[in-house]
Amino acid sequence: MDIDYNQLMSIGVYGSAIGLILIGLYAVLIKKHLTKIVIGLSIIDAGIHLLFIAIGYIKDGTAPIFSPGGLKALENGQPMVDPVPQALVLTAIVIGFAVTAVALSLVIRLYRHHQTARIDQIKSLKW
Amino acid sequence: MKKLFVIFLLAVVGYSLVNALMDVPFGENRIEPGTVSAFYLEKTPTQLSVANVITAIVVNYRGFDTLGEVSVLFLASLGLGSILYRKHKEGEEEVAILKPSSQLVQAGSKLIFPAILVLGAYVFIHGHLTPGGGFQGGAIIATGFLLMMMAYKDYKVSHNILMWVESLAGIAFAGIGIVGLVVSHSFLENFLAIGNLNDLFSGGIIPIIYVAVGFKVAAELTGVLDTLLNIKDKH
Repeated sequence: MDIDYNQLMSIGVYGSAIGLILIGLYAVLIKKHLTKIVIGLSIIDAGIHLLFIAIGYIKDGTAPIFSPGGLKALENGQPMVDPVPQALVLTAIVIGFAVTAVALSLVIRLYRHHQTARIDQIKSLKW
Repeated sequence: MKKLFVIFLLAVVGYSLVNALMDVPFGENRIEPGTVSAFYLEKTPTQLSVANVITAIVVNYRGFDTLGEVSVLFLASLGLGSILYRKHKEGEEEVAILKPSSQLVQAGSKLIFPAILVLGAYVFIHGHLTPGGGFQGGAIIATGFLLMMMAYKDYKVSHNILMWVESLAGIAFAGIGIVGLVVSHSFLENFLAIGNLNDLFSGGIIPIIYVAVGFKVAAELTGVLDTLLNIKDKH
């Protein structure tokens, strides 16, 4: 049987990234508990990071580091993967942490005020 | 009904993502001469003498962006503290939620805590040579403090010390940028000798900035964890 390795990898990696984004979106839209909504937001984050890194990947590529091993790989004709998406994801992870921390603190504040963190039981939000 | 609508929405989002990614083949070499990636890969070893290209992008080429990122982190820890701040009311007894852990966990975490700190410091000192850097090393150090806070119920980190470490690291970052502005007429411009590729002392200002970022991130994350773990409950 002839399996195209590259096609298989693309379905696996892109598919899991899109799957993570959709799972997170589902949690944000359907779940009633605010903590679960925050978890959904971080799952969307993870999916987007995976998508970025997957787009920057080059077949048989090595890490963009000019260490002795990296220089040896370059001499053997291996390309270096795209460094720009990786640098952007480094930024995005830190911002994602900040967003999660502030969102969780808002959840704690709401819980203190209403004695519940379920949005269907917080009546004053309805209009 | 609502669930059906959401599933329809997710199908639309998923279809449009798949449709867009059809034109982006996986693993194809898209770094053509003239793109910004090609510029970074070509110039980093010669211009900055930094082995890790991602560090060079984050700290030097996009250094101003990283300064903003560090301030976002600072604002997040500030916002967390101010949102969770609560005045102590009279006649209200506050009880901590944490339960003490077993003796085994306490002894083990005391044993492993210095090793975690050393690993974090190694990661951010070698940020320009190996994978890792200030943010990652800072996060590792914060996990060490998290372990101690979980193991010992009355483990206290001094918020005064955290504030000083954070402020001094932030001032060091901005100060290096201003020195670059004075010496080389551009903010965060490199003004030190760049040294040889793959030496510990290479890359000019990049290792200094990443060490400052490491201290700042470690202090901020430890402060956030301490605030979140010390939430008291009414009883």
